[in-house]
Amino acid sequence: MESLRYKTAIVGASETTELGNIPDKTPFQLHVDASVNAIKDCGIDKKEIDGIATTMNPVALAHYLGITPKWIDNTQVGGTSFLIHVRHAAAAIASGLCDTVLVSMAESGKSRVGQSSNSNFSDSSLEGLRDSSFPGQFESIYGVYGPTTQFGLGVLRYMKETGTTHEQLASVAVAQRKWSNKVPRAMYRDLITIEDVLESRMICYPFHLLECCLVSDGGGALIITRSNRANNFAKDPVYILGTGESAETPIVSQMYDMTSSTAFKISSKKAFEESGLNQSNIDHLMIYDAFAHLPIYGLEDLGFVSRGEAGAFIEQGNTSPGGSLPMNTNGGGLSYTHTGMYGMFAIQESIRQVRGEASNQVPNVEVSFCQGVGGMFMAAASLIFTNSPPD
Amino acid sequence: MTDKIYRKPIPIPTPESDFFWSKVAQHELWIQRCIDCSKPFFYPRMVCPLCLSQNIEWFEVSGRGSLYSYMINHRPAPGFEDDAPYAIAIVELEEGPRMMSNIVGIENTPENLILDMSLRVVFEDVAPDITIPKWCPDEN
Repeated sequence: MESLRYKTAIVGASETTELGNIPDKTPFQLHVDASVNAIKDCGIDKKEIDGIATTMNPVALAHYLGITPKWIDNTQVGGTSFLIHVRHAAAAIASGLCDTVLVSMAESGKSRVGQSSNSNFSDSSLEGLRDSSFPGQFESIYGVYGPTTQFGLGVLRYMKETGTTHEQLASVAVAQRKWSNKVPRAMYRDLITIEDVLESRMICYPFHLLECCLVSDGGGALIITRSNRANNFAKDPVYILGTGESAETPIVSQMYDMTSSTAFKISSKKAFEESGLNQSNIDHLMIYDAFAHLPIYGLEDLGFVSRGEAGAFIEQGNTSPGGSLPMNTNGGGLSYTHTGMYGMFAIQESIRQVRGEASNQVPNVEVSFCQGVGGMFMAAASLIFTNSPPD
Repeated sequence: MTDKIYRKPIPIPTPESDFFWSKVAQHELWIQRCIDCSKPFFYPRMVCPLCLSQNIEWFEVSGRGSLYSYMINHRPAPGFEDDAPYAIAIVELEEGPRMMSNIVGIENTPENLILDMSLRVVFEDVAPDITIPKWCPDEN
């Protein structure tokens, strides 16, 4: 298989006009808003879009926008789906199935406009159901209640095996608030201390409120095309250098090792191999942070630090503003926004940083690595972006 | 057995898991193993997840295990309001596989719930025809 390195580029990228609390728009309307914004961002004629990927019905979105695609993808494996859409789009474009793809994501995670479910969680397919599914039979009966009661089930084990402390877990939220402090669109911007985190309300031990993601409304969209026509648009292209994806388990209690994500390891290794780069080449990093332990797992499983070192690495400020590895620079799901499927927002911040247009811009970002997770360690995907043109 | 209506989620067996739940109803914990590669596994499946052999069998486990990891939930799921805060635990069976459960017979606090503590299975008849395996500290 030929590598996808430098075959495609992101030429349009935008979030919804509003972000956070949007009580007057359905998810469908937010999809349309984000898609139109991404189309405007690159100035493309929508007639040039011949592929659509999204977790909603791609046909519905295509028809609403007056697009008749040659290629569709409806992969839905939770919040990392949009990273996977980018990867699949890159492969489809590289192999000639289509030329220009719209990837769209939106949710009314907070306001739940137009949704009959009274669930607090945006994607009930990822929860243990009261039915014959394996999570339904073997998890729901024990009182799981959405991601807060499932995602962190391995964390105490991880802490025991590595010596990671509660303060280090809390430091993830502290570090990311330092970033969101200068991001006007972030939902939470006030600086916090480790004590603030540890004194915030206990949600699901060992996770306090400030170690859990916020809940919001919003969306985002991307336009991807062939690299050799990527210079024809309003902004400089963001080239796709490396991609990877993987999937582990639909039932979190059956992870192969609850102190590490197998899917993180597989997807990131593949992306690094494809890109020809290694960890030392990464200027900027996004790791999907629905909860505070995810950046810790991610730093280790992606190979940026050794086993057991991530907590101290973050606590010592290495991922904070001015640190050696700027991470989650929008504030992440803990502080920026989290509609339920956050992956699109991680991609958007990687692209802003590589374009040099982020609210809290890191100097001289040439390469950004974006890691997504879907469900509760169910699936994962990795993307590597650069602004550096091919030779 | 309680007289109150059981409001918590109820497991609905499938053809793969029907034997598991029928044994639980008899207060026995059985899981599967592969006869070809001899590995035990959980959740119930129609093939071995390691070698895809269909030559698999059920066997009764010792009922002993240890506390692999847990969380203590302060925002109860519907039906669990009277239990909160309650632990959602991962138990590692002596035979190797892990399963989610609740810990009974001890207050669910971080001080009481020490990782790797010994546990043994107990069976709660929570409603007519509904039995759920849980785990309690094993003093022996």
